[in-house]
Amino acid sequence: MASFQVNKTYQEINEKIKKGQAVVVTAEEIIDLVRRKGEVAAAKSVDVVTTGTFSPMCSSGAFLNFGHAKPPIKAAKVWLNNVPAYAGLAAVDVYLGVTEPSADDPLNKVYPGEFKYGGGHVIQDLVAGKAVHLVAEAYGTDCYPNKRLERDITLKQMVNAILCNPRNCYQNYNVAVNLSNRTIYTYMGPLRPRAGNANFCTSGQLSPLFNDPYYRTIGIGTRIFLGGGVGYVVFPGTQHNPGKPRSKNGIPLGPAGTLMVMGDLKQMSPRHLVGVSLLGYGCSLTVGLGVPIPMLNEEIAHFCAISDEELLAPIVDYGHDYPAGTGRVLGQVSYAQLKKGKMTLEGQEVTCVPLSSLVRAREVAQLLKEWIAAGKFLLGEPVELLPLGDKGRGVPTAGRDS
Amino acid sequence: MLKKKVVLNFPPHLIDQPVTYKLIQDYGVVVNILRARITPREWGSMVVELGGSPKKLEAAMGFLGELGVGVEPLAREVRWHEERCIHCTACLAPCPTHALGVDRASMTVSFDQERCIACELCLRVCPYLAIEILFD
Repeated sequence: MASFQVNKTYQEINEKIKKGQAVVVTAEEIIDLVRRKGEVAAAKSVDVVTTGTFSPMCSSGAFLNFGHAKPPIKAAKVWLNNVPAYAGLAAVDVYLGVTEPSADDPLNKVYPGEFKYGGGHVIQDLVAGKAVHLVAEAYGTDCYPNKRLERDITLKQMVNAILCNPRNCYQNYNVAVNLSNRTIYTYMGPLRPRAGNANFCTSGQLSPLFNDPYYRTIGIGTRIFLGGGVGYVVFPGTQHNPGKPRSKNGIPLGPAGTLMVMGDLKQMSPRHLVGVSLLGYGCSLTVGLGVPIPMLNEEIAHFCAISDEELLAPIVDYGHDYPAGTGRVLGQVSYAQLKKGKMTLEGQEVTCVPLSSLVRAREVAQLLKEWIAAGKFLLGEPVELLPLGDKGRGVPTAGRDS
Repeated sequence: MLKKKVVLNFPPHLIDQPVTYKLIQDYGVVVNILRARITPREWGSMVVELGGSPKKLEAAMGFLGELGVGVEPLAREVRWHEERCIHCTACLAPCPTHALGVDRASMTVSFDQERCIACELCLRVCPYLAIEILFD
């Protein structure tokens, strides 16, 4: 057990939050503070560091219970605004996934498809207070005789609506380029041939899992900012892979840890849950997510102070290597460089753009900071931290980490 | 100098005529070709910015009219819906004129209508459908 000069508990920090005395800074603000005062002094003076990210997160969706009709129905097939939801659950429970396109979407038949409306857009419409058109079909049973239900329904009218995202908040992500000779359409956006552009997708030094690379504070039960409301980390996310190679500072060099998160959709906002149409790829949902990092000791201050210059992302060719699953990495580039908008790849200058919004990521970290400072948001102490070892790992994903 | 963005529509029989050359040489107007699509035996179209004194521009328009070139004001306008934009900056990569720009400190996206040539490349790239083309 390492011994620290600063030792705080969740309970102590929560007591300060309740009294409105907690000192809260964002993951951008802490960097300068640690540089000026040192890790120990910063750990003493700060209680919580807030992080934020705002990115398309395809592994997202919502459990909806739309309430019983009269006569009751055991829904077998369900559509919301013509987007199919999975109904293989109890009578009026469904799961609406964000990448599900409209039932009549032409998909990629006219290439590249536009995917104008899907599950993510339904979720955004719901949190915006709009009524969505619900159609449910059933085969009918003695206890649930109804065979068809059709009505407009709002989020308020639903019995339950729970955002439940199996894989969010990737710890680091690929910088996508395309070395082939044609434009390709990916979940990282359109990539022009011969490395015409490079797209990346995290908020760098503000991103949650960059600030706690060894999961010293994040685990099952961590209370978070989710989609404009309050949510929780409920499990390690799917494909959580803490064993990825790390650089000397402990930061994984590729997509590593992930979070499974959950929260009451009814509290969330369309500003922080935004439907996405990725040309030639599909629909998705952009999720605003922020994790508070409790300043338990100076080691936490040390990790929170790692800045964009020291955070490296892998450059991956989506023209050949990614679809072929070769796992080849063309090189590493720092987030400081990426955020400048240009990088050099084999002597060629390449324009870099993020798919995630730094403007909104900052807004998330700022909102979370305000909530905590105002005593409205307490820290959740994890009952189990995210796994750090390889135990329980499934099959390798061979560089396919979408 | 007056500047005017127009769309020139060329009937098939004019495709092999050096119309742009004549505009410059005979009428003394500045021709800045923003976009062009000229194919043999088909209607061609060119988006140009014409510059010159009002008198010269009028004479040039007269010449184009007599020749049978259709002249329309640039009717297509690209509209950036700021309220739908989340400032991801995906639109910056394809924009050839830097009409879509970003302030690096705040990472806020902005749109400069003046620089936009309505090439439409940004339209489908935007994952939030925040850019729209409007026709008059």
